[in-house]
Amino acid sequence: MASWGEASQSRLIGKRIARLSGKEKVTGKAKYTFDINRPGMLYGRILRSEVAHANVTDLDLTRAEELPGVKAIIPLIEVGRKIRYQGQEIAAVAAETDDIAKDALRLIYVELEELPFVVTEADAMAEGAPQIRDDWKANQSNPGKNEDGDVEAGFAEAAVTVEATYHTPVQTHVCLETHGNVVEWTDEQNLTVWASTQAVFGVRNDLARNLQLPANQVRVITEHMGGGFGSKFSAGTEGLAAARLSRMAGRPVKLMLTRKAEHLVAGNRPSMTQHVKAGATRDGRLIAYDMRGYGTGGTGGGAGFTGPYVYHVPNRRTERFNVAVNAGSQRAMRAPGHPQGAFAMDSLIDELAEKLGMNPLEFRRINDSSEVRQAQYTLGAQEIGWHRRNSVPGSGTGVKKRGMGVGSGQWGGGGGRGTQARITINPDGTVEAVTGTQDIGTGIRTAIAIIVAEELGLSPTDISVKIGDSGPGLPSGGSGGSQTTASVAPVIKTAAAAAKQKLFEHVAPLLQAPVDDLRVGAGTIYVASDRTKTVTWRQATGLLGVESISEGGNWNPELRQGGVAGTQFAEVEVDTQTGHVEVLKIVAVQDCGLAINRLTTESQINGGVIMGLGQTLLEERIMDPQTGRMLNANLEDYKVPGTFEIPEIKSIVFDTHRKVTGVGEPPCIPTLGAIANAVYNAIGVRIRELPITPDKVLTALAEKKA
Amino acid sequence: MDKFSYVNASSLKQVTSLLSDSGWGEVMMIAGGTDLLSELKEYIETPKTLINLKTLPGMDSISANASGLKIGALATVADIAKHRTIQQHYTVLAQAAASVATPQIRNVGTLGGNLCQRPRCWYYRDETVNCLKKGGDICYAVDGLSKYHAILGGDPVYIVHPSDIAPALIALNASLKIAGPEGEKTLKVEEFFTLPAANPFRENVLQPNEIVVEVQVPQPKPNTKSFYLKAREKGAPDFALASVAGVFEMMGKTCQTANVVLGGVAPAPWRSAEAETTLTGKMINESVSLKAGAEAVKDAQPLNDNAYKVTLTQNLISRTAMMAVS
Repeated sequence: MASWGEASQSRLIGKRIARLSGKEKVTGKAKYTFDINRPGMLYGRILRSEVAHANVTDLDLTRAEELPGVKAIIPLIEVGRKIRYQGQEIAAVAAETDDIAKDALRLIYVELEELPFVVTEADAMAEGAPQIRDDWKANQSNPGKNEDGDVEAGFAEAAVTVEATYHTPVQTHVCLETHGNVVEWTDEQNLTVWASTQAVFGVRNDLARNLQLPANQVRVITEHMGGGFGSKFSAGTEGLAAARLSRMAGRPVKLMLTRKAEHLVAGNRPSMTQHVKAGATRDGRLIAYDMRGYGTGGTGGGAGFTGPYVYHVPNRRTERFNVAVNAGSQRAMRAPGHPQGAFAMDSLIDELAEKLGMNPLEFRRINDSSEVRQAQYTLGAQEIGWHRRNSVPGSGTGVKKRGMGVGSGQWGGGGGRGTQARITINPDGTVEAVTGTQDIGTGIRTAIAIIVAEELGLSPTDISVKIGDSGPGLPSGGSGGSQTTASVAPVIKTAAAAAKQKLFEHVAPLLQAPVDDLRVGAGTIYVASDRTKTVTWRQATGLLGVESISEGGNWNPELRQGGVAGTQFAEVEVDTQTGHVEVLKIVAVQDCGLAINRLTTESQINGGVIMGLGQTLLEERIMDPQTGRMLNANLEDYKVPGTFEIPEIKSIVFDTHRKVTGVGEPPCIPTLGAIANAVYNAIGVRIRELPITPDKVLTALAEKKA
Repeated sequence: MDKFSYVNASSLKQVTSLLSDSGWGEVMMIAGGTDLLSELKEYIETPKTLINLKTLPGMDSISANASGLKIGALATVADIAKHRTIQQHYTVLAQAAASVATPQIRNVGTLGGNLCQRPRCWYYRDETVNCLKKGGDICYAVDGLSKYHAILGGDPVYIVHPSDIAPALIALNASLKIAGPEGEKTLKVEEFFTLPAANPFRENVLQPNEIVVEVQVPQPKPNTKSFYLKAREKGAPDFALASVAGVFEMMGKTCQTANVVLGGVAPAPWRSAEAETTLTGKMINESVSLKAGAEAVKDAQPLNDNAYKVTLTQNLISRTAMMAVS
């Protein structure tokens, strides 16, 4: 049976190893798509609708086309079609400079017949609201319904019930590097694309299909990328537009989205509003759950969220539907559906526990069947000092009040088939690891080097890792669903093992030992039964003559496992005069399986916590019902956490087994409930609507006082 | 942004003569550019000519003596924040400057630019929204989304003045020197700013052919305590939800004079005579300070989303006053 071996036998796996590309990144040497410049390159820009809903009645590109320096221009919408949200694409232009491209956009004549719009869920559902989809009634999709057990009987058995409405707003991905591509036709039939993507092969296939090219004539390169979080799987309208502009002009084109467009059209996490009633028995068992909820994913659907979450409720009924609004569409965003669902469930659990007069952690223990999380509760409570929390919420004295809360989450992350890789050992001793995955930021490049180096007795820096390029024709899947490591690692491991085996076959005659008696040491190969028999790595590879070893691997499911549990504890301080919430500390206990690289695993947990904190305290897409516009499509009023917001984060890599699991997404889930519950514990007033900003805190405190 | 010509200024005389050729917006001045550049990029302003003030000699100096401070309009916000004498004797000013934006912006943003910066209102900053401030018919904040808007002095334009430095200067009784084609004049910083009822399009009395040259601050008496408190959603960079510049002459726990100027709550820095009167001549304690806060906001007229600012402002005033006795 394939295995990663015992922890005590690992030289590298599970240790803290610095990111291979770290130095390039912090010194600015790493080239992102934004940094790619090609000889003769043009700059692309997209004209977008500034109105939320309209018929396009005329479009004339002539004046823009005639502007000196404009080399190509294409319409992206036909006259007679509908604009359905602010930011929708109208036309694209490529010009000698970015400034000319911008000027050209302003010379495009577009005539719109404006239509009534709805940009908030409340407006969309109001009686007499403009209907923005022909196939839905009242701007609502048919609800998905689910029922298990006997809900009425459950409530009859309940000693306490809580009824509440929880809301999370639409939040955008805010990738540091906006979406975009640099495209270059090497000839009429061959396209090279530098893409800011989390799916190199996905973009390749997407472009090939849309441009009617054979897939092997499109090469996509993503050496480094500045964040995707689920929003960068396809070439997008901007990628296709860039390819068409480039073909038309016969020159390379760079087309990156503006920050404003990034907020408007490059995806978002849908909102959630859920009305929920839940009951528990006197001895603290969740017994009944009845939830009706909705969210908006823009003009389409996709606004799913979890509930009930993590905790088992035997009698439950749920009804969920989508609400359509005239706004940019949702895309997958780090643990789609989970953070918002977790916020509601974690708050609800807290409210029920209080009604029962029970410590919320005890209440969780009773209703949690996960042994992993049970252990995490103990560890996390110790780390945060749970005994210090207010036993009576809001009972702290003084202007600044402290409180503690807990939240939970779960995720899959077990990986899947679809990765091809080759490990090549060259006669000069160099080693190459090639596969078509991409580093979305989690450190897969370093993880690959660690695995190969461990297998071959080398250092990670000895391994030349070539990823983020479809050119070599070794496909791998998109980096989504926390699947990358668990998809790639087993293939790399088996490929490296196969290459090692081949090398052993060359070494065995020299050492006069059977192949299965050979082992790798640090830069050596030796005979296990007689350790005096040894060759250096260079001597061994020298035996290869002119022929490199190059081996593929297979996705051995025994090397990975899905299903992780996570728990986080938060301590906050709320300034009751200003309404400001400061998070003092987060303890994040994250079930990780086998952490290939403990350092980058901790980084992933830190990043998840920071993103969760932003969703809890700051982030919100603000849509204006008067103008139909997003009022904060920038980084001034769309606020993301900065240095001052980031607390002490104790990221605990909670190893539960020796199989690889992805954890890119799960650490952002429990943060919301942990912080929200801590705010309640601090001030004794519950805020059921995110983000928890000073206006909400002050309003809630005033209502409590009154 | 649209094309413009760029002139390096060599003298104030040259600047004012270039300015006097046109009305608002044709010829504009740029120093740090931290505000103007974003206005140009968003097509909020489309000048034909930009005058670069950074080439004016000697206008970035800060000098202090026993009678007071003189700060050139080209002194950077960072220069003010880190100036030892300002930190010691004009604390409210140093604190206000230090609260501005980010180190990068403070390093290039200037005093003159900070005082003359335009509002952050999300309707005003949106090119496609023709609001009252830009010559349209309505202030969209009245029926729209108004979380960051004015609770005092708004009618008919509910922007808030974004400057942190201005409230501090007013609380310190500072004056400001303006150069124009006719020469120089000096007026109180307090008189520099105007409310939309007087002029909905501008935030101050500066004429299109005038330039702010210098700020003069009288040295506070030795028994003065001063503070700048700024409430914001995010540590940095963020503009004030509400801020208080408080300058108090204290005799023990008794407040002899109080200057209380608010930021982030009105279209101009807002001197609260009510808070000042409440505190003056009183022993400062919790009930007096709370009363000062309450008096300051008793005429507040919040919009749909900013009633919280009433409580916030009251609390901040109270906190500032209490700092004078702690």
